[in-house]
Amino acid sequence: MFQIHVSTSINGDDTEFSCEADETLLDVLRDRLGLTGSKEGCGTGDCGACSVIVDGRLVCSCLMLGAEAEGREIETIEGMAEGQKLHPLQQKFLDHAALQCGICTPGLLIAAKSLLERNDNPTEEEVRYWIAGNLCRCTGYDKIVRAIMDTAKDMRKQAKPTKAAARKKVKA
Amino acid sequence: MNFQPGKDALKRSFDIVGKRTPRPDGLDKVTGKARFGADMTAPGMLWGLILRSPHAHAKIKKIDTSRAAAVNGVHAIVTAKDFGPCPDDVLDIRENVMAREKALYDGHAVAAVAATSRAAAKQALKLIEVDYQVLPHVTDVDEAMKASAPVINSKLFTKGLDKTPKKASNIAERFEFGHGDVEKGFKEADLVVEHTFKTEATHQGYIEPHACLASMGADGRGDIWCCTQGHFMVRNVCAGLLGMDASALRVTASEIGGGFGGKTTVFIEPVALALSLKANRPVKIVMSRSEVLRASGPTSSTSIDVKIGMKKDGTITAGDATLRYQGGAFPGSAVPYGAMAAFACYDLKNVRAIGYDVITNRPKQAAYRAPGAPMAAYAVESVVDELCKKLTLDPLDVRLKNCSTDGSKASYGPKFDVIGLKATLEAAKAHPHYKAKLGKNQGRGVACGFWFNFGGETSVSLTVNSDGTVGLSVGTPDIGGSRASIGNMAAEELGIPHDKVRCIIADTASLGYNDVTDGSRVTFASGLAAINAARDAIGKLCARAAGIWDIPVEAVTWEHGAARPSSPNAGKHKPMTLAEIAAQAGATGGPVAGHCEINAEGAGVSFATHMVDTEIDPDTGHVKILRYTVFQDAGKAIHPSYVEGQFQGGAVQGIGWALNEEYIYGKDGKLQNAGFLDYRIPVASDLPMIDAVIVEVPNPGHPYGVRGVGETSIVPPLAAISNSVSSAAGVRMTQLPMSPPSVLKALGRI
Amino acid sequence: MQYHAPANVKDAVKLMAGSKGATHILAGGTDLLVRMRSGFAEPDNIIDIKRIKEMKTIAKDGKGFKIGAAVSAAEMNEHAGLSKTWPGLVEAAGLIGSTQVQGRATIAGNLCNASPAADSVPAMVAAGAKALIRGPKGIRKVPVEKICTAPGKTVLKKGELMEAILVPAKPARSGDAYLRFIPRTEMDIAVVGVGICLTLDAKGVCTAARVSLGAVAPTVLLVNKAARALIGTTVDDAALHALSSACSAAANPIDDKRGTKEFRTHIAGVLARRAAVIALNRAKGKS
Repeated sequence: MFQIHVSTSINGDDTEFSCEADETLLDVLRDRLGLTGSKEGCGTGDCGACSVIVDGRLVCSCLMLGAEAEGREIETIEGMAEGQKLHPLQQKFLDHAALQCGICTPGLLIAAKSLLERNDNPTEEEVRYWIAGNLCRCTGYDKIVRAIMDTAKDMRKQAKPTKAAARKKVKA
Repeated sequence: MNFQPGKDALKRSFDIVGKRTPRPDGLDKVTGKARFGADMTAPGMLWGLILRSPHAHAKIKKIDTSRAAAVNGVHAIVTAKDFGPCPDDVLDIRENVMAREKALYDGHAVAAVAATSRAAAKQALKLIEVDYQVLPHVTDVDEAMKASAPVINSKLFTKGLDKTPKKASNIAERFEFGHGDVEKGFKEADLVVEHTFKTEATHQGYIEPHACLASMGADGRGDIWCCTQGHFMVRNVCAGLLGMDASALRVTASEIGGGFGGKTTVFIEPVALALSLKANRPVKIVMSRSEVLRASGPTSSTSIDVKIGMKKDGTITAGDATLRYQGGAFPGSAVPYGAMAAFACYDLKNVRAIGYDVITNRPKQAAYRAPGAPMAAYAVESVVDELCKKLTLDPLDVRLKNCSTDGSKASYGPKFDVIGLKATLEAAKAHPHYKAKLGKNQGRGVACGFWFNFGGETSVSLTVNSDGTVGLSVGTPDIGGSRASIGNMAAEELGIPHDKVRCIIADTASLGYNDVTDGSRVTFASGLAAINAARDAIGKLCARAAGIWDIPVEAVTWEHGAARPSSPNAGKHKPMTLAEIAAQAGATGGPVAGHCEINAEGAGVSFATHMVDTEIDPDTGHVKILRYTVFQDAGKAIHPSYVEGQFQGGAVQGIGWALNEEYIYGKDGKLQNAGFLDYRIPVASDLPMIDAVIVEVPNPGHPYGVRGVGETSIVPPLAAISNSVSSAAGVRMTQLPMSPPSVLKALGRI
Repeated sequence: MQYHAPANVKDAVKLMAGSKGATHILAGGTDLLVRMRSGFAEPDNIIDIKRIKEMKTIAKDGKGFKIGAAVSAAEMNEHAGLSKTWPGLVEAAGLIGSTQVQGRATIAGNLCNASPAADSVPAMVAAGAKALIRGPKGIRKVPVEKICTAPGKTVLKKGELMEAILVPAKPARSGDAYLRFIPRTEMDIAVVGVGICLTLDAKGVCTAARVSLGAVAPTVLLVNKAARALIGTTVDDAALHALSSACSAAANPIDDKRGTKEFRTHIAGVLARRAAVIALNRAKGKS
């Protein structure tokens, strides 16, 4: 086997690595780059524990070859917080006790992040169907769904002042 | 002084306990920093892979590893030959971990390889030649009990019978519990209902596959990093299997991505250790999802007969159950627990439960959250439900009439102490869920459940740092958030803020023995031990203060985080806080620490009532869960969010078990659905919110009244959902899972 | 294994024709990587088509659409024009796997994988879609229902690759719908899939229909008898009943871990009726 050289961007950092042609992106993240936050729960795209965002799109990293990362922008759980500042979803998961063992948590946070980037006012049903590809065995999803919807609520509240200020500007 | 269960008074008002404090390990888990079983590496690490039998039952005539050994990068290959003599109590584990003369199930490990890359290990595995002689197999529990069934173990003679049979069979043991005269009781009944129920095997379904990193040195010492519910158990079993001293093996428990009982034993750890010993390099083994389903420890499939007699006024006059559980290829299914728990919710004069432990060509079962009880409750609660319907009686009222209460003689023997079953039933009756209107094709089901809960061997160490903060080392892996609760109990006892206590899971070299995290014991037992350790430390802190004040130690008391003179007679001394005493520790005799090593007793049983509404699609058989409420007695909820979490998680596992999860074996004895695609656990869109109502009837066996809650929550759902679907469908469901084809069949549509 | 990522179709075809050993196209990878992991596929060559611009675009094709073979189900759902015109097809694509899988999976790949239970295939057949195949000898267009010959097998010859799915213009007063039955609410392989497209005249009488069944035979079925049950009717109860019966009769399923013969046969009829009602409402302009 000849290894392939890949140049990519991971959580905003320029990253290069070499991998076998048949290695998955998940294998590369975990075993070559030391980014063990993404987990392998099944290796077949059925559990979502390996979820990452590629060029803004939520995907299972176990269903992508490392080679396919060339030139892409990849976001993993390790990049979700900004330094010490947690992403609102991360904080809400803690506040709502939306995790027990925590193995599904990185995948769920990435999935929820992707959802809220597209839709800041999801219904409970929309949240549940969006995260249906993320299996959790500990929580029964109840607190997870609450955490996501509560985060969306906060995000909408924070967006409002901008709209109000804009309206004020126009009025003046 | 250690807390004396049943003697010492319980604390009733709390400053920290009961509050929803932030979880100490939470930050690492939401940022991906937390290290689970597969997240560790070591310099020079090799990858281990296991070769597994493709046959359900076969003689292993020869294994030729020579071609595999020639693959570049391969440093070690092991088979059963590499596991020598071992203590009797781990003989079955040794055989399960690596097949000896026979492969006993599809997926049974027969050899293992360690190589410099996964690709090299994979290649080597393909080159191992195993000469199998395929034998007839049996996977169904009732089939396995027949005289005509292939005998899996020619040395297995049924225990527990009046006369030990001369012929070997697949029936390992017979158990019997009960009291009174059931035949007499049935004669007193106005109505007797009996049914046979069947449930399929299910898997705990933890999202994290088993993973370990083992490192043996040429000096016979080793280290293991693994995800486990009991690293002391891993140490003892692995040391036994490899002929090592316990002190030579140090095991560190990683964060664990779910266990539910399935990680209370070993599968890959001894193999990794044996490979590491041979290769003289660290070896990492991670199970694939398909290996987890094929070759870890699912729960039993069962066949259960239940007969119950009831009077017109709702009094249950007799209950009789025969339970047949298959536990895979080795004896030891949870049928005795099932038999004991079957009628535990009822105060009966005449009760009998007989259990048969049966072996089949399936993987060796392991505990799954209240092992044995959910299936038994399913059968019993279904028959009670049917009696209520036929006699037109309210199902909650009938249970209130017959339920076990304080002092009842349990169907399995002992007398109950203070229990909370009635409280959960009353809470259920008063809840708005019970009055919610039901529409067409909808039905409501209720059921009760019980779990014994255990105490067990527990060792805890509490250190007081010189700045007044506290380190708490426990030896029970945290599978549900218990670190938060245990730390809070220590903080409560010491009277310091909760964030001044840091609770960690220490390795096996650092503490006395700890039984596995099971039996819903951790918040109870590690909590109890932490409280005792805190009291131990407090005693020492008071002695230091007494020394500083030059008064007798009996004259010092501890209140609100400080030592104070217990009365004005002791003299005018300003209270000294924990931090102030700690700062002087070096000068007053040395570091201050408290510890506790106990075999915890006084675990309180936990009862629950579940209520569920379902709607069936009469054209497709699809079942939708509309409403679900859990009412469970927690004794004292140390951290309510995590107690609710246990209620919700157990209920949802029960939903999966009741509706869609099952092990599907082909006629060839091979597992057909060894993946999350076709082994269908509930997904978020399948479910509504799960309402969790915490009932608190304090357990006199714990200083704060704690009862374990982790397991009881999975006991009622199978029955509650079956009762609900039976109500919606108008026909009694007697088989699980109630997948759409089986519902349609029951409706007579196909 | 060799990985190639050609920048244009010509190069992709050259690679396909000239490669030695087992050669697989990689679009979404949601089937291929799973098969590689389980050992069912051991490629010598993988040709990643996602760098080919025209394969990643949804273009107008006359009054219809040309959906590039590397367009993901998620991208189809985000395409306003396609979603409005062919909601059944787009919904079918949106049912494949999870959100994560839809972020990668393609309907061309879904078709080429040739699973009898593929979700997008009955919807493509109902819509009258064709596959645009390019090979060393040029291009050919093949109706989707003729692509799969057996489970896992297609009519693609050595050196050929599927370049796009061509979806025709939607006739006026037409509606399409796809429904599938699965035991849970998401994530499962379809136990039965039904795709229906029907066209009404100004009086509300059905003038054309295509009824397609998935997961009830070795390959997707186009059930002419079921279509005839609708044509000439106002898709009333009687017509729906005849439709159901025709679909149950046409079903030729196997017993497997996902469903029994009887169950699938029964459900084919149930879903056909439900899908027809949705298609009817869409044809009438109701949502």
